[in-house]
Amino acid sequence: MDTMSQPVPESPPAEPAVDPVVFEHVSMAFNGPPVLEDVSFRLGPHETRILLGPAGVGKSVLLKLANGLLRPDSGRIFLFGEEITRMSEEKLLALRIRTGMVFQEGALFDSLTIRDNVGYQLIEQHLPDEVIDKRVRRALRFVELEHTFDMLPSSLSGGMRRRVAIARAIIAKPELLLYDSPTGGLDPVTSHTINELIVKERDVYHTPAILVTHRLQDAFTMATNVFSEATNQMEPLPTGQTHADTTFLVLREGKLVFDGSIRELIHSPDPFLQSFLA
Amino acid sequence: MPAEIISEQVRRTVQRMLLAVQEYSLFCWEAVRSFWRQPHYWADTLIQSDLIGVGSVPIVVLTGFFTGGVLALQSAASLAQFGAQAYTGRFVSLSMFRELAPVLTGLMVSGRNASGMASELGSMVVTEQIDAMRALGTDPIKKLVAPRVFATVIALFLLTIVADTLGTAGGATVAVFLSHQNGNQYFNSAYQALVPADMIQGLTKPLFFGFIISTVGCFFGMKTTGGTQGVGRATTQAVVVSSVMIIFTDFLLSRVMLWLFPPV
Repeated sequence: MDTMSQPVPESPPAEPAVDPVVFEHVSMAFNGPPVLEDVSFRLGPHETRILLGPAGVGKSVLLKLANGLLRPDSGRIFLFGEEITRMSEEKLLALRIRTGMVFQEGALFDSLTIRDNVGYQLIEQHLPDEVIDKRVRRALRFVELEHTFDMLPSSLSGGMRRRVAIARAIIAKPELLLYDSPTGGLDPVTSHTINELIVKERDVYHTPAILVTHRLQDAFTMATNVFSEATNQMEPLPTGQTHADTTFLVLREGKLVFDGSIRELIHSPDPFLQSFLA
Repeated sequence: MPAEIISEQVRRTVQRMLLAVQEYSLFCWEAVRSFWRQPHYWADTLIQSDLIGVGSVPIVVLTGFFTGGVLALQSAASLAQFGAQAYTGRFVSLSMFRELAPVLTGLMVSGRNASGMASELGSMVVTEQIDAMRALGTDPIKKLVAPRVFATVIALFLLTIVADTLGTAGGATVAVFLSHQNGNQYFNSAYQALVPADMIQGLTKPLFFGFIISTVGCFFGMKTTGGTQGVGRATTQAVVVSSVMIIFTDFLLSRVMLWLFPPV
Protein backbone atom coordinates (compact mmCIF):
# COMPACT_ATOMS: atom_id res chain seq x y z
CA MET A 1 0.00 0.00 0.00
CA ASP A 2 1.24 3.38 -0.96
CA THR A 3 1.67 5.27 2.21
CA MET A 4 2.01 8.54 0.31
CA SER A 5 -1.62 8.31 -0.81
CA GLN A 6 -2.88 8.15 2.77
CA PRO A 7 -4.21 11.39 4.08
CA VAL A 8 -1.84 13.04 6.42
CA PRO A 9 -3.55 13.73 9.72
CA GLU A 10 -3.66 17.45 10.24
CA SER A 11 -3.27 19.05 13.57
CA PRO A 12 -6.56 20.70 14.49
CA PRO A 13 -6.56 24.34 13.54
CA ALA A 14 -6.27 26.70 16.46
CA GLU A 15 -9.78 27.86 17.40
CA PRO A 16 -10.08 31.49 16.39
CA ALA A 17 -10.87 33.80 19.29
CA VAL A 18 -14.51 34.85 19.08
CA ASP A 19 -15.29 38.56 19.21
CA PRO A 20 -17.31 39.03 22.41
CA VAL A 21 -19.65 41.59 20.84
CA VAL A 22 -20.55 42.19 17.20
CA PHE A 23 -23.15 44.68 15.94
CA GLU A 24 -24.31 44.39 12.32
CA HIS A 25 -26.48 47.22 10.94
CA VAL A 26 -28.40 47.63 14.19
CA SER A 27 -31.25 50.15 14.31
CA MET A 28 -33.70 50.90 17.08
CA ALA A 29 -36.47 53.39 17.86
CA PHE A 30 -38.87 54.03 20.77
CA ASN A 31 -42.14 55.22 19.16
CA GLY A 32 -40.38 58.03 17.33
CA PRO A 33 -37.24 58.86 15.41
CA PRO A 34 -34.51 56.19 15.55
CA VAL A 35 -32.34 56.17 18.66
CA LEU A 36 -29.74 54.06 16.85
CA GLU A 37 -29.40 53.88 13.08
CA ASP A 38 -27.42 51.28 11.15
CA VAL A 39 -24.76 50.81 13.84
CA SER A 40 -22.04 48.27 13.06
CA PHE A 41 -18.87 47.55 15.04
CA ARG A 42 -17.10 44.71 16.78
CA LEU A 43 -15.34 44.33 20.09
CA GLY A 44 -12.27 42.12 19.86
CA PRO A 45 -10.99 39.80 22.59
CA HIS A 46 -9.05 41.77 25.26
CA GLU A 47 -10.15 45.01 23.64
CA THR A 48 -11.66 47.99 25.46
CA ARG A 49 -13.91 50.18 23.36
CA ILE A 50 -14.82 53.60 24.67
CA LEU A 51 -18.16 54.82 23.40
CA LEU A 52 -18.26 58.60 23.28
CA GLY A 53 -20.98 61.04 22.36
CA PRO A 54 -23.09 63.88 23.70
CA ALA A 55 -25.89 63.09 26.17
CA GLY A 56 -28.98 61.47 24.65
CA VAL A 57 -27.46 59.98 21.50
CA GLY A 58 -28.22 56.36 22.40
CA LYS A 59 -25.04 55.28 24.20
CA SER A 60 -26.82 53.54 27.09
CA VAL A 61 -29.30 51.96 24.65
CA LEU A 62 -26.40 50.52 22.69
CA LEU A 63 -24.92 49.05 25.87
CA LYS A 64 -28.23 47.45 26.84
CA LEU A 65 -28.56 46.00 23.36
CA ALA A 66 -25.12 44.42 23.72
CA ASN A 67 -26.29 41.99 26.42
CA GLY A 68 -29.88 41.65 25.28
CA LEU A 69 -31.57 43.88 27.86
CA LEU A 70 -33.16 45.59 24.84
CA ARG A 71 -33.96 44.16 21.41
CA PRO A 72 -33.16 45.96 18.14
CA ASP A 73 -35.79 46.69 15.51
CA SER A 74 -33.44 45.53 12.78
CA GLY A 75 -29.90 44.28 12.34
CA ARG A 76 -28.06 41.52 14.17
CA ILE A 77 -26.15 41.41 17.46
CA PHE A 78 -23.76 38.63 18.45
CA LEU A 79 -22.68 38.01 22.04
CA PHE A 80 -19.80 35.54 22.44
CA GLY A 81 -20.47 34.38 18.89
CA GLU A 82 -24.16 33.64 19.45
CA GLU A 83 -26.82 35.73 17.79
CA ILE A 84 -28.98 37.23 20.53
CA THR A 85 -31.28 39.34 18.37
CA ARG A 86 -34.16 36.90 18.64
CA MET A 87 -32.84 34.65 21.43
CA SER A 88 -35.36 33.71 24.14
CA GLU A 89 -35.02 35.49 27.49
CA GLU A 90 -34.31 32.16 29.19
CA LYS A 91 -31.28 31.48 26.97
CA LEU A 92 -30.19 35.09 27.29
CA LEU A 93 -30.15 34.86 31.08
CA ALA A 94 -27.65 32.02 30.85
CA LEU A 95 -25.49 34.03 28.44
CA ARG A 96 -25.65 37.20 30.55
CA ILE A 97 -24.09 35.36 33.51
CA ARG A 98 -20.86 35.51 31.48
CA THR A 99 -21.03 39.31 31.38
CA GLY A 100 -20.71 41.99 34.05
CA MET A 101 -22.50 45.30 33.83
CA VAL A 102 -22.00 48.52 35.78
CA PHE A 103 -25.10 50.73 35.58
CA GLN A 104 -25.19 54.52 35.47
CA GLU A 105 -26.24 54.97 39.10
CA GLY A 106 -24.90 51.64 40.32
CA ALA A 107 -28.35 49.98 40.44
CA LEU A 108 -27.56 48.26 43.72
CA PHE A 109 -30.42 46.34 45.34
CA ASP A 110 -31.35 48.79 48.09
CA SER A 111 -32.88 46.20 50.42
CA LEU A 112 -29.77 43.97 50.40
CA THR A 113 -26.48 44.49 52.24
CA ILE A 114 -23.29 45.17 50.30
CA ARG A 115 -22.28 41.56 50.93
CA ASP A 116 -25.51 40.28 49.36
CA ASN A 117 -25.31 42.79 46.50
CA VAL A 118 -21.76 41.92 45.55
CA GLY A 119 -22.27 38.18 46.14
CA TYR A 120 -25.68 38.12 44.39
CA GLN A 121 -24.61 35.80 41.57
CA LEU A 122 -22.84 33.47 43.99
CA ILE A 123 -25.92 33.34 46.26
CA GLU A 124 -28.02 32.49 43.19
CA GLN A 125 -25.60 29.63 42.50
CA HIS A 126 -26.14 28.38 46.10
CA LEU A 127 -22.44 28.42 46.94
CA PRO A 128 -21.53 27.87 50.62
CA ASP A 129 -21.65 31.01 52.77
CA GLU A 130 -17.96 30.92 53.61
CA VAL A 131 -17.01 30.76 49.90
CA ILE A 132 -19.33 33.69 49.17
CA ASP A 133 -17.91 35.72 52.07
CA LYS A 134 -14.35 35.08 50.91
CA ARG A 135 -15.01 36.06 47.31
CA VAL A 136 -17.08 39.10 48.26
CA ARG A 137 -14.27 40.34 50.50
CA ARG A 138 -11.76 39.81 47.70
CA ALA A 139 -13.94 41.77 45.23
CA LEU A 140 -14.49 44.54 47.78
CA ARG A 141 -10.75 44.66 48.43
CA PHE A 142 -10.23 45.18 44.68
CA VAL A 143 -12.35 48.34 44.90
CA GLU A 144 -10.91 49.21 48.33
CA LEU A 145 -14.22 49.02 50.14
CA GLU A 146 -13.84 45.94 52.32
CA HIS A 147 -15.15 47.82 55.36
CA THR A 148 -18.60 48.23 53.75
CA PHE A 149 -19.28 44.45 53.85
CA ASP A 150 -22.26 44.64 56.25
CA MET A 151 -23.59 48.06 55.24
CA LEU A 152 -26.66 48.92 53.20
CA PRO A 153 -26.30 50.83 49.89
CA SER A 154 -28.20 53.81 51.35
CA SER A 155 -25.32 54.46 53.76
CA LEU A 156 -22.74 54.79 50.94
CA SER A 157 -21.82 57.84 48.87
CA GLY A 158 -22.45 57.91 45.10
CA GLY A 159 -18.84 57.09 44.30
CA MET A 160 -18.75 54.22 46.77
CA ARG A 161 -21.92 52.78 45.23
CA ARG A 162 -20.29 52.80 41.78
CA ARG A 163 -17.26 51.01 43.22
CA VAL A 164 -19.52 48.40 44.83
CA ALA A 165 -21.27 48.04 41.46
CA ILE A 166 -17.86 47.35 39.87
CA ALA A 167 -17.16 44.75 42.56
CA ARG A 168 -20.53 43.11 41.82
CA ALA A 169 -19.80 43.11 38.10
CA ILE A 170 -16.38 41.47 38.39
CA ILE A 171 -16.96 38.96 41.20
CA ALA A 172 -17.91 36.09 38.88
CA LYS A 173 -14.92 36.78 36.60
CA PRO A 174 -16.97 37.87 33.57
CA GLU A 175 -15.78 37.43 30.00
CA LEU A 176 -17.12 40.86 29.07
CA LEU A 177 -17.64 44.08 31.03
CA LEU A 178 -20.11 46.79 30.14
CA TYR A 179 -19.72 50.14 31.91
CA ASP A 180 -22.54 52.67 31.59
CA SER A 181 -21.16 56.14 32.48
CA PRO A 182 -19.40 54.87 35.61
CA THR A 183 -18.09 58.35 36.48
CA GLY A 184 -21.19 60.36 35.56
CA GLY A 185 -22.03 62.96 38.19
CA LEU A 186 -19.00 62.23 40.36
CA ASP A 187 -16.34 64.65 41.59
CA PRO A 188 -12.89 64.54 39.88
CA VAL A 189 -11.18 62.67 42.73
CA THR A 190 -13.81 59.92 42.84
CA SER A 191 -13.87 59.77 39.03
CA HIS A 192 -10.11 59.22 39.07
CA THR A 193 -10.55 56.33 41.54
CA ILE A 194 -13.21 54.72 39.33
CA ASN A 195 -11.06 55.18 36.19
CA GLU A 196 -8.14 53.60 37.98
CA LEU A 197 -10.29 50.58 38.87
CA ILE A 198 -11.43 50.18 35.26
CA VAL A 199 -7.84 50.43 34.01
CA LYS A 200 -6.81 47.93 36.70
CA GLU A 201 -9.50 45.48 35.55
CA ARG A 202 -8.39 45.98 31.92
CA ASP A 203 -4.66 45.52 32.55
CA VAL A 204 -4.74 42.88 35.30
CA TYR A 205 -7.55 40.60 34.06
CA HIS A 206 -7.58 41.69 30.37
CA THR A 207 -11.39 41.50 30.28
CA PRO A 208 -12.84 42.93 27.07
CA ALA A 209 -15.08 45.90 27.80
CA ILE A 210 -17.32 48.58 26.36
CA LEU A 211 -17.27 51.80 28.32
CA VAL A 212 -19.87 54.48 27.76
CA THR A 213 -18.98 58.01 28.73
CA HIS A 214 -19.50 61.58 27.62
CA ARG A 215 -16.44 62.76 29.54
CA LEU A 216 -13.49 63.11 27.20
CA GLN A 217 -11.08 63.37 30.10
CA ASP A 218 -12.03 59.87 31.32
CA ALA A 219 -11.69 58.46 27.82
CA PHE A 220 -8.21 59.91 27.36
CA THR A 221 -7.18 58.73 30.81
CA MET A 222 -8.07 55.16 29.79
CA ALA A 223 -6.10 55.41 26.56
CA THR A 224 -3.00 57.06 27.98
CA ASN A 225 -2.53 55.19 31.26
CA VAL A 226 -1.63 51.70 32.30
CA PHE A 227 -1.99 49.92 35.63
CA SER A 228 1.20 48.93 37.38
CA GLU A 229 0.81 45.90 39.63
CA ALA A 230 4.18 46.73 41.20
CA THR A 231 3.03 50.08 42.54
CA ASN A 232 -0.69 49.17 42.62
CA GLN A 233 -1.36 52.43 40.81
CA MET A 234 -2.37 53.76 37.44
CA GLU A 235 0.64 55.27 35.69
CA PRO A 236 0.81 57.40 32.51
CA LEU A 237 2.29 55.83 29.41
CA PRO A 238 5.40 57.55 27.97
CA THR A 239 4.56 60.65 25.96
CA GLY A 240 3.23 59.81 22.51
CA GLN A 241 2.24 56.27 23.46
CA THR A 242 -1.32 55.06 23.88
CA HIS A 243 -2.87 51.80 25.00
CA ALA A 244 -3.09 49.65 21.85
CA ASP A 245 -6.20 47.72 22.92
CA THR A 246 -8.22 50.78 23.87
CA THR A 247 -10.10 52.21 20.91
CA PHE A 248 -12.94 54.65 20.40
CA LEU A 249 -16.43 54.77 18.98
CA VAL A 250 -18.34 58.04 18.64
CA LEU A 251 -22.10 58.30 18.28
CA ARG A 252 -23.91 61.27 16.87
CA GLU A 253 -27.70 61.36 16.75
CA GLY A 254 -27.87 57.56 16.75
CA LYS A 255 -25.27 57.07 14.04
CA LEU A 256 -21.76 55.76 14.51
CA VAL A 257 -19.56 58.52 13.11
CA PHE A 258 -16.16 57.29 14.27
CA ASP A 259 -14.47 53.94 14.92
CA GLY A 260 -10.73 54.00 15.54
CA SER A 261 -7.77 54.81 17.75
CA ILE A 262 -7.25 57.88 19.90
CA ARG A 263 -4.68 59.15 17.41
CA GLU A 264 -7.17 58.86 14.54
CA LEU A 265 -9.81 60.54 16.67
CA ILE A 266 -7.64 63.50 17.51
CA HIS A 267 -6.54 63.97 13.91
CA SER A 268 -9.96 63.44 12.35
CA PRO A 269 -10.96 66.28 9.97
CA ASP A 270 -14.67 65.69 10.75
CA PRO A 271 -16.08 69.05 11.93
CA PHE A 272 -18.41 67.34 14.46
CA LEU A 273 -15.52 65.41 16.02
CA GLN A 274 -13.37 68.51 16.10
CA SER A 275 -16.07 70.50 17.86
CA PHE A 276 -16.77 67.56 20.20
CA LEU A 277 -13.11 67.35 21.16
CA ALA A 278 -12.70 71.09 21.50
CA MET B 1 -62.95 67.94 11.27
CA PRO B 2 -63.95 67.44 14.95
CA ALA B 3 -65.74 64.14 14.20
CA GLU B 4 -62.61 62.74 12.57
CA ILE B 5 -60.45 63.88 15.47
CA ILE B 6 -62.81 62.25 17.97
CA SER B 7 -62.93 58.99 16.03
CA GLU B 8 -59.13 58.98 15.79
CA GLN B 9 -58.87 59.51 19.54
CA VAL B 10 -61.38 56.72 20.21
CA ARG B 11 -59.43 54.43 17.89
CA ARG B 12 -56.18 55.20 19.68
CA THR B 13 -57.74 54.70 23.12
CA VAL B 14 -59.23 51.34 22.13
CA GLN B 15 -55.92 50.34 20.56
CA ARG B 16 -54.06 51.28 23.75
CA MET B 17 -56.51 49.39 25.93
CA LEU B 18 -56.32 46.28 23.76
CA LEU B 19 -52.54 46.47 23.85
CA ALA B 20 -52.63 46.73 27.65
CA VAL B 21 -54.94 43.69 27.87
CA GLN B 22 -52.61 41.76 25.59
CA GLU B 23 -49.55 42.73 27.63
CA TYR B 24 -51.32 41.85 30.90
CA SER B 25 -52.40 38.45 29.53
CA LEU B 26 -48.85 37.65 28.42
CA PHE B 27 -47.54 38.82 31.78
CA CYS B 28 -49.98 36.50 33.61
CA TRP B 29 -49.02 33.63 31.33
CA GLU B 30 -45.31 34.21 32.10
CA ALA B 31 -46.05 34.37 35.84
CA VAL B 32 -48.02 31.09 35.77
CA ARG B 33 -45.39 29.40 33.58
CA SER B 34 -42.67 30.36 36.03
CA PHE B 35 -44.30 28.18 38.74
CA TRP B 36 -43.15 25.13 36.80
CA ARG B 37 -39.67 26.33 35.95
CA GLN B 38 -36.53 26.12 38.06
CA PRO B 39 -35.28 27.76 40.21
CA HIS B 40 -38.05 28.25 42.77
CA TYR B 41 -37.59 31.04 45.28
CA TRP B 42 -39.27 29.49 48.33
CA ALA B 43 -37.53 31.82 50.79
CA ASP B 44 -38.89 34.86 48.92
CA THR B 45 -42.34 33.22 48.83
CA LEU B 46 -42.26 32.80 52.62
CA ILE B 47 -41.20 36.42 53.12
CA GLN B 48 -44.02 37.61 50.87
CA SER B 49 -46.52 35.34 52.65
CA ASP B 50 -45.54 37.00 55.90
CA LEU B 51 -45.75 40.53 54.46
CA ILE B 52 -49.00 40.00 52.56
CA GLY B 53 -50.75 37.43 54.73
CA VAL B 54 -49.72 38.12 58.31
CA GLY B 55 -49.38 41.84 57.62
CA SER B 56 -52.99 42.04 56.41
CA VAL B 57 -54.50 40.21 59.39
CA PRO B 58 -55.32 43.35 61.45
CA ILE B 59 -57.25 45.11 58.66
CA VAL B 60 -59.06 41.90 57.71
CA VAL B 61 -59.99 41.21 61.34
CA LEU B 62 -61.40 44.71 61.81
CA THR B 63 -63.17 44.75 58.44
CA GLY B 64 -64.70 41.30 58.95
CA PHE B 65 -65.83 41.96 62.51
CA PHE B 66 -67.48 45.30 61.87
CA THR B 67 -69.06 44.18 58.57
CA GLY B 68 -70.68 41.24 60.38
CA GLY B 69 -71.73 43.62 63.14
CA VAL B 70 -73.36 46.15 60.84
CA LEU B 71 -75.11 43.38 58.89
CA ALA B 72 -76.62 42.08 62.13
CA LEU B 73 -77.56 45.61 63.18
CA GLN B 74 -79.33 46.41 59.90
CA SER B 75 -80.94 43.02 59.37
CA ALA B 76 -82.18 42.57 62.96
CA ALA B 77 -84.26 45.76 62.75
CA SER B 78 -85.80 44.78 59.40
CA LEU B 79 -86.36 41.14 60.30
CA ALA B 80 -88.00 42.14 63.61
CA GLN B 81 -90.80 43.81 61.63
CA PHE B 82 -91.75 40.38 60.27
CA GLY B 83 -91.10 38.56 63.55
CA ALA B 84 -88.13 36.86 61.88
CA GLN B 85 -85.33 38.16 64.10
CA ALA B 86 -84.25 34.57 64.66
CA TYR B 87 -82.96 34.52 61.09
CA THR B 88 -80.30 37.17 61.82
CA GLY B 89 -77.54 34.54 62.07
CA ARG B 90 -78.59 32.96 58.77
CA PHE B 91 -78.60 36.35 57.03
CA VAL B 92 -75.19 37.34 58.39
CA SER B 93 -73.43 34.05 57.69
CA LEU B 94 -74.80 33.67 54.16
CA SER B 95 -73.91 37.25 53.26
CA MET B 96 -70.45 36.96 54.76
CA PHE B 97 -69.52 33.54 53.36
CA ARG B 98 -70.89 34.03 49.86
CA GLU B 99 -70.07 37.64 49.12
CA LEU B 100 -68.85 40.10 51.68
CA ALA B 101 -65.90 38.27 53.21
CA PRO B 102 -64.20 37.41 49.88
CA VAL B 103 -64.95 40.76 48.22
CA LEU B 104 -64.14 43.02 51.17
CA THR B 105 -61.02 41.04 52.04
CA GLY B 106 -59.99 41.27 48.39
CA LEU B 107 -60.54 45.01 48.31
CA MET B 108 -58.69 45.58 51.59
CA VAL B 109 -55.74 43.41 50.54
CA SER B 110 -55.77 45.11 47.15
CA GLY B 111 -55.56 48.56 48.73
CA ARG B 112 -52.70 47.47 50.95
CA ASN B 113 -50.71 45.10 48.75
CA ALA B 114 -51.39 45.85 45.07
CA SER B 115 -50.16 49.38 45.79
CA GLY B 116 -47.18 48.04 47.73
CA MET B 117 -46.18 45.68 44.93
CA ALA B 118 -46.58 48.36 42.25
CA SER B 119 -44.53 50.92 44.16
CA GLU B 120 -41.80 48.47 45.18
CA LEU B 121 -41.33 46.98 41.71
CA GLY B 122 -41.85 50.38 40.07
CA SER B 123 -39.05 51.87 42.18
CA MET B 124 -36.82 48.94 41.19
CA VAL B 125 -37.59 49.58 37.52
CA VAL B 126 -36.83 53.31 37.58
CA THR B 127 -33.58 52.77 39.50
CA GLU B 128 -32.53 50.06 36.98
CA GLN B 129 -32.53 47.35 39.66
CA ILE B 130 -34.71 45.12 37.47
CA ASP B 131 -32.28 45.55 34.57
CA ALA B 132 -29.40 44.83 36.97
CA MET B 133 -31.15 41.65 38.07
CA ARG B 134 -31.58 40.54 34.44
CA ALA B 135 -27.96 41.47 33.72
CA LEU B 136 -26.91 39.23 36.63
CA GLY B 137 -28.77 36.31 35.02
CA THR B 138 -31.91 36.29 37.20
CA ASP B 139 -35.41 36.24 35.76
CA PRO B 140 -37.40 38.96 37.61
CA ILE B 141 -40.66 37.16 36.86
CA LYS B 142 -39.42 34.11 38.75
CA LYS B 143 -37.64 36.02 41.50
CA LEU B 144 -40.12 38.85 42.16
CA VAL B 145 -43.49 38.12 40.54
CA ALA B 146 -44.05 34.38 41.06
CA PRO B 147 -43.46 34.49 44.87
CA ARG B 148 -45.88 37.44 45.21
CA VAL B 149 -48.58 35.74 43.13
CA PHE B 150 -48.29 32.43 44.98
CA ALA B 151 -48.20 34.12 48.40
CA THR B 152 -51.19 36.39 47.66
CA VAL B 153 -53.39 33.55 46.38
CA ILE B 154 -52.73 31.40 49.45
CA ALA B 155 -52.88 34.34 51.88
CA LEU B 156 -56.18 35.67 50.51
CA PHE B 157 -57.75 32.22 50.79
CA LEU B 158 -56.77 32.02 54.47
CA LEU B 159 -57.64 35.67 55.18
CA THR B 160 -61.13 35.11 53.76
CA ILE B 161 -61.65 32.30 56.28
CA VAL B 162 -60.54 34.73 59.01
CA ALA B 163 -63.02 37.34 57.70
CA ASP B 164 -65.82 34.72 57.56
CA THR B 165 -65.17 33.76 61.17
CA LEU B 166 -64.79 37.29 62.47
CA GLY B 167 -67.84 38.48 60.50
CA THR B 168 -70.01 35.80 62.09
CA ALA B 169 -68.55 36.68 65.48
CA GLY B 170 -69.19 40.40 64.91
CA GLY B 171 -72.79 39.62 63.97
CA ALA B 172 -73.13 37.51 67.10
CA THR B 173 -71.76 40.30 69.29
CA VAL B 174 -74.34 42.76 67.95
CA ALA B 175 -77.18 40.22 67.97
CA VAL B 176 -76.54 39.19 71.57
CA PHE B 177 -75.48 42.46 73.21
CA LEU B 178 -77.45 45.05 71.22
CA SER B 179 -80.45 43.16 69.86
CA HIS B 180 -80.67 40.92 72.97
CA GLN B 181 -81.05 37.74 70.92
CA ASN B 182 -80.20 34.27 72.11
CA GLY B 183 -76.59 33.40 71.21
CA ASN B 184 -77.30 29.68 70.65
CA GLN B 185 -80.16 30.54 68.35
CA TYR B 186 -77.91 32.92 66.36
CA PHE B 187 -75.14 30.37 65.89
CA ASN B 188 -77.59 27.55 65.12
CA SER B 189 -79.26 29.68 62.47
CA ALA B 190 -75.91 30.76 61.07
CA TYR B 191 -74.57 27.20 60.93
CA GLN B 192 -77.69 25.54 59.49
CA ALA B 193 -78.01 28.09 56.68
CA LEU B 194 -74.63 27.15 55.23
CA VAL B 195 -74.34 24.34 52.70
CA PRO B 196 -71.17 23.09 50.94
CA ALA B 197 -72.06 25.16 47.84
CA ASP B 198 -71.76 28.35 49.92
CA MET B 199 -68.33 27.29 51.14
CA ILE B 200 -67.19 26.41 47.63
CA GLN B 201 -68.46 29.73 46.31
CA GLY B 202 -66.93 31.76 49.12
CA LEU B 203 -63.57 30.03 49.01
CA THR B 204 -63.18 29.87 45.23
CA LYS B 205 -63.46 33.62 44.85
CA PRO B 206 -60.36 34.54 46.90
CA LEU B 207 -58.23 32.32 44.68
CA PHE B 208 -59.19 34.46 41.69
CA PHE B 209 -59.02 37.71 43.63
CA GLY B 210 -55.55 36.89 44.98
CA PHE B 211 -54.34 36.23 41.46
CA ILE B 212 -55.83 39.52 40.24
CA ILE B 213 -54.36 41.60 43.09
CA SER B 214 -50.85 40.24 42.68
CA THR B 215 -50.66 40.15 38.90
CA VAL B 216 -52.16 43.63 38.50
CA GLY B 217 -49.86 45.05 41.22
CA CYS B 218 -46.77 43.43 39.71
CA PHE B 219 -47.81 44.26 36.13
CA PHE B 220 -48.15 47.99 36.79
CA GLY B 221 -44.94 47.94 38.83
CA MET B 222 -42.93 46.21 36.12
CA LYS B 223 -44.30 48.51 33.40
CA THR B 224 -43.49 51.71 35.29
CA THR B 225 -41.99 54.52 33.25
CA GLY B 226 -41.32 58.15 34.04
CA GLY B 227 -39.36 58.23 37.29
CA THR B 228 -40.91 58.83 40.71
CA GLN B 229 -44.03 60.37 39.18
CA GLY B 230 -44.44 57.16 37.20
CA VAL B 231 -44.19 55.12 40.39
CA GLY B 232 -47.04 57.13 41.93
CA ARG B 233 -49.13 56.69 38.78
CA ALA B 234 -48.46 52.93 38.70
CA THR B 235 -49.47 52.62 42.37
CA THR B 236 -52.79 54.39 41.82
CA GLN B 237 -53.54 52.44 38.64
CA ALA B 238 -52.77 49.14 40.38
CA VAL B 239 -55.28 49.80 43.18
CA VAL B 240 -58.01 51.14 40.88
CA VAL B 241 -57.69 48.40 38.26
CA SER B 242 -57.42 45.54 40.76
CA SER B 243 -60.43 46.83 42.75
CA VAL B 244 -62.60 47.15 39.65
CA MET B 245 -61.46 43.75 38.41
CA ILE B 246 -62.34 42.17 41.77
CA ILE B 247 -65.89 43.54 41.64
CA PHE B 248 -66.31 42.55 37.99
CA THR B 249 -64.86 39.06 38.53
CA ASP B 250 -67.10 38.63 41.58
CA PHE B 251 -70.12 39.23 39.38
CA LEU B 252 -68.94 36.69 36.80
CA LEU B 253 -68.03 34.10 39.44
CA SER B 254 -71.37 34.55 41.25
CA ARG B 255 -73.18 33.97 37.95
CA VAL B 256 -71.16 30.82 37.27
CA MET B 257 -71.62 29.56 40.84
CA LEU B 258 -75.38 30.09 40.74
CA TRP B 259 -75.44 28.15 37.50
CA LEU B 260 -73.33 25.35 38.97
CA PHE B 261 -75.14 25.28 42.32
CA PRO B 262 -78.71 26.53 41.72
CA PRO B 263 -80.54 27.59 44.89
CA VAL B 264 -82.94 24.90 46.11
